[in-house]
Amino acid sequence: MPQDWLMGFIGGGLIGLAAALYLLLNGRVMGASGIVGGLIDGSGGFKTERVSFLAGLVLVPGGLVWFTGGADTHLTGNWALVILAGLLVGVGTRLANGCTSGHGVCGLSRFSLRGFVATAFYLLAGGLTVVTAKHLLELI
Amino acid sequence: MRNVFAFAAGGLFGIGLWLSGMTDTRKVIGWLDIFGDWDPTLAFVLGGAVGVMAVAWRIAAVRKAPALGGAFPEPPEPRLGRNLVVGSVLFGMGWGLVGLCPGPAMASLTWGGPEGLLFLVAMLAGMVAAPPLRARLEAQAG
Repeated sequence: MPQDWLMGFIGGGLIGLAAALYLLLNGRVMGASGIVGGLIDGSGGFKTERVSFLAGLVLVPGGLVWFTGGADTHLTGNWALVILAGLLVGVGTRLANGCTSGHGVCGLSRFSLRGFVATAFYLLAGGLTVVTAKHLLELI
Repeated sequence: MRNVFAFAAGGLFGIGLWLSGMTDTRKVIGWLDIFGDWDPTLAFVLGGAVGVMAVAWRIAAVRKAPALGGAFPEPPEPRLGRNLVVGSVLFGMGWGLVGLCPGPAMASLTWGGPEGLLFLVAMLAGMVAAPPLRARLEAQAG
């Protein structure tokens, strides 16, 4: 387990470094839901920059994982659950204007009240959902 | 240049998500499962990311403009509002159900299989549905 924690810390540092690059060079907040959401609903500027970011996000880890022999997301095979969860994540992050990267990583680190409130509510809702779906309903 | 560095930032973000375990839904659900076999890894991920980013905000505060031109983002909006809370609760429910949030859903697209693609399509549909829903919520709130 402590090895997982170390990998988590190193990976987290890289996530922070990516957000730092995007802020200090491009002048943008690195929020995954905002970058993709602003592109597909047409509400955001910087269109080619968003596409470039997303291309890097998909292709670079994709190439590395392919090269190193694969990885597993362990995602559930229950399609109804996958669709419901995807819809909730899509609607929720756009209503709240941010997700784990925007409100979590970028918001908490600049002491944004909105970031703290959003993070508190999605962690609480996530925890209650796992408790309900896993231990009470035994859905997952 | 902006596109080159946007690609690099996206790539680095994706590598970090993969290495840290954020693209493994078992680890994410394990972190949210406080009454089960709790996995604290995500606290280390968030700690590492926030620690580095806190330094970046301090650097941004003493610089006039981003290195590639333009302007730094506005200071955070102080107003909270119902959309922030309702949206975050809906997002947390979806995140807890299957263990994917938007960044890892995109980073794992090439190895996530048909379910991963299905999640992404549903997420994009939810994102398209959000602006009209937001307008209705705001109209109700008066």
